[in-house]
Amino acid sequence: MTEQKNNTYLAVNNLSKSFGNFEAIKNIGIDIKEGEFVCFLGPSGCGKTTLLRCIAGLETQTSGSVIQKDIDISHEPPSNRDFGIVFQSYALFPNLSVFSNISYGLINNKWKKDDIKKRVDELLDLVNLTEHASKYPSQLSGGEQQRVALARALATSPGLLLLDEPLSALDAKVRVFLRKQIRDLQRKLGVTTIMVTHDQEEAQTMADRIFVMNEGEIIQSGTPSEIYTKANSPFIASFIGSMNFIPATIDSSKKVKCNNIEINCDTSSFTENDSVQLAVRPEEIYFKQENQDDNVISATIKEIEFLGSFQRVYFEAKSFSNELIIVDVPSANARKIKLIIDEEINLYFSKQDARIYST
Amino acid sequence: MNLLKFGNIRRGKDSSDRVGQFMLISYIILFLIFLVLPLVALISKSLQNKEGEFIGLANYNLYLQEPALFQSLFNSLFVAISSTIIVVILAFLFSYALTRTCMPFKGFFKLIALIPLLSPSILAAIALVYWFGNQGVLKEVLLGKSIYGPIGIIMASVYWTFPHALIILTTSLSLSDSRLYEAAEVLKTSKLRAFFTITIPGARYGIISTAFVIFTQVFTDFGVPKVIGGNYNVLATDIYKEVVGMQNFQMGAVISMVLLVPAMIAFFIDRYSRKKQISLLTARSVVFKPKKHFKVDMIMLAFCSALALIIILMIGMAQYGAIVKFWPYNLNLTLKNYNFEVAGLGWDSFYNSVRLAFYAAVFGTIIIFVGAYLIEKLRINEGTRNVVQFFALMPMAVPGLVLGLAYIFFFNAKDNPLNFIYATMIILVVNTIVHFYTVSHLTAVTALKQMDKEFESVSLSLKIPIYKMFWRVTLPVCLPPIFDVSIYLFVNAMTTVSGVIFLYSYDTTLASVSAIHLDEQGEVAKAAAMAMLIVYVSIAVRLTHTIITKKILRKTQAWRYNIIDTS
Repeated sequence: MTEQKNNTYLAVNNLSKSFGNFEAIKNIGIDIKEGEFVCFLGPSGCGKTTLLRCIAGLETQTSGSVIQKDIDISHEPPSNRDFGIVFQSYALFPNLSVFSNISYGLINNKWKKDDIKKRVDELLDLVNLTEHASKYPSQLSGGEQQRVALARALATSPGLLLLDEPLSALDAKVRVFLRKQIRDLQRKLGVTTIMVTHDQEEAQTMADRIFVMNEGEIIQSGTPSEIYTKANSPFIASFIGSMNFIPATIDSSKKVKCNNIEINCDTSSFTENDSVQLAVRPEEIYFKQENQDDNVISATIKEIEFLGSFQRVYFEAKSFSNELIIVDVPSANARKIKLIIDEEINLYFSKQDARIYST
Repeated sequence: MNLLKFGNIRRGKDSSDRVGQFMLISYIILFLIFLVLPLVALISKSLQNKEGEFIGLANYNLYLQEPALFQSLFNSLFVAISSTIIVVILAFLFSYALTRTCMPFKGFFKLIALIPLLSPSILAAIALVYWFGNQGVLKEVLLGKSIYGPIGIIMASVYWTFPHALIILTTSLSLSDSRLYEAAEVLKTSKLRAFFTITIPGARYGIISTAFVIFTQVFTDFGVPKVIGGNYNVLATDIYKEVVGMQNFQMGAVISMVLLVPAMIAFFIDRYSRKKQISLLTARSVVFKPKKHFKVDMIMLAFCSALALIIILMIGMAQYGAIVKFWPYNLNLTLKNYNFEVAGLGWDSFYNSVRLAFYAAVFGTIIIFVGAYLIEKLRINEGTRNVVQFFALMPMAVPGLVLGLAYIFFFNAKDNPLNFIYATMIILVVNTIVHFYTVSHLTAVTALKQMDKEFESVSLSLKIPIYKMFWRVTLPVCLPPIFDVSIYLFVNAMTTVSGVIFLYSYDTTLASVSAIHLDEQGEVAKAAAMAMLIVYVSIAVRLTHTIITKKILRKTQAWRYNIIDTS
């Protein structure tokens, strides 16, 4: 494990970027520590790529600053900044071999021929492509091409690695494989890394820290588990993982009232008559009571979807919600309990797992 | 990581962007000098009297009151519209046969159909004279009507514009989603209904675009009406007569404006419909593959064979006429028609044409490709980019004859510091490059757009200057379209008449112009010989091009063919 240093490697202060009247990013401030792997996560059009391109100098911010290692690089052209970058489209030079692509940046830095060869071999080894050195990009698979792009970006040992949706163009299996390879490589080299992605699973498996973005703003940041368990808004709660939302109000006894049912949960930050949304994750609803104060809902099975490792069950509980309630049951459990359509069953969820958001 | 270098670095924009910005501004200046200001000079000339005093629209008034001149406008419109209708129908059927049927020998027909591109437009007129002229072989077919006039102009125009129409329509017809036809078939739609509800609407913009391109070409063409128009006057020949014959530059300028306006309107409609065309085919479409259909295939084969035969007969007759001793009395073969000394010309004009074509191809390709690269790939001020983009499209809307006349007015002015290029090879080269700028520019832009837009970003992140990237990656990858552009410029420089008719001098006569003058002097055989010389060179250049593409490109384009051992 790399030790977490507390010095800031890259700081972005009050950064804004507009295209005409459109504000792509608004007043963004972030600190990234040396050796950290962070993700900008958000739906398309949220400004995450624009933020990355501003850090790289490929876009010029409208206002604000970017500080790398205590040096203000806000107005430096990309060629004066210290980073390597990998794009979704790979952007490999089609007329150059894998070897020439990787050595592309080294040649200009006046390296000796032997040193270049050594460095490229080292990088090829790092991304497991040693036997492909003399091939052209078009002869490689998408995953292999992206590894070449990664090696090319790392060739000059940049202090900062920028990944712009590097895995989005690949199919599911390769994506999972490369996720781990990139993460391992990043740990091994200790290079500070920023990745842009719209895939929450990717962000959660790879990042040390996630910045969730929407409409040009960072709306929450934290470790993957913090973001998942303590989502600070319905937007994040539904964007990361799935979530049942049930419209509700706070009643006189400071409990949450959904249709006819009162729910136990922490309502300390709300007052009577507030209209709220109760949120419960599908995997946090059980068929057995676990604690004394668990909430209980009587519901009818309406539909079952088989999703491999778990089954998604849709319940109807008119007294609780007008919408169907989604419950994820691990397939191993589902085999023990027989789930039959139209059967009535009790659903339980704990006080802690019930979140409320104001509407 | 060593980041100390950040201590003493330059501030501000990347140097390559600054250089790019500077270069684009010089493009703007060049366009101003060689396109915009000459046109301004032309317009102001049309508003002046002989003494150079401003007289408002008086010249235009005069023009409208001159029935003979006004008649030419209708004549021009008549031949242009008639030719357009005929060409669009013929070319549509021909390209339909090429793209949508399983007719045999498609490659052969495609090759034959492109032959007219290799010759100057006057070649068709000369061939028609041999076929239907006063001493023509098939004179009787015209039932007493003369080939010298609208009939001849329309026939020759159809011949030389046919391949232009074919290229646009073939592209447009090949951009079609086969899933649409499958959907129609599943819904039990008849073939005829599918044709009118899918094929025609799909090719709609292609047809509109073709119509306007062909209209402009015929409307502004000078060579054909000059050779075969007889007493049938059109705008282009009127300009020539006013300027060269009567030295009435003001009226020449006025008629030029009359020629320019429809050409401009046609240009904008064409641009508009091309933009629409692009959106028809999405990434999810499946390209149409024709199915065998014996009856249709055979009808199309007969149709295409007939057109191919006509094309071969036209160029064949021009060649035959060029080597016949004394048409039609002595049909023995001879090469004496290629001896132009007798006509006081020599081969100089031919060599001049080759030189012009060579310079235009070399310098034109470099200038156009670099310009397109700057616009497409560098982070340049949006305003500058748009101005250059606009200027690059403008030449398409300006007829060659008009541009040539504008050059006279602008560069022949005594107080113009660039006066020295007047009547030199330089002005011919510049005029040719500007005249054919748009199509070349669009080819280059299309090629560059296909390259990953992040190449420049990657280079910057690796601290590689843009020019090195351009040299090592962009240029090698774009070699095929670069060759296409240079061939296009070369062949057009060889064949063009209207662009250069006003600009050549005693030392810089050109083959295409000489052919017109030879014809004027009644030396039709020599005119045919001269026109055929242009054809030979065009063919030779095309062949060389094909060989280069096959042989030399194999080396630089190895990645395209995957010929590297993959073991």
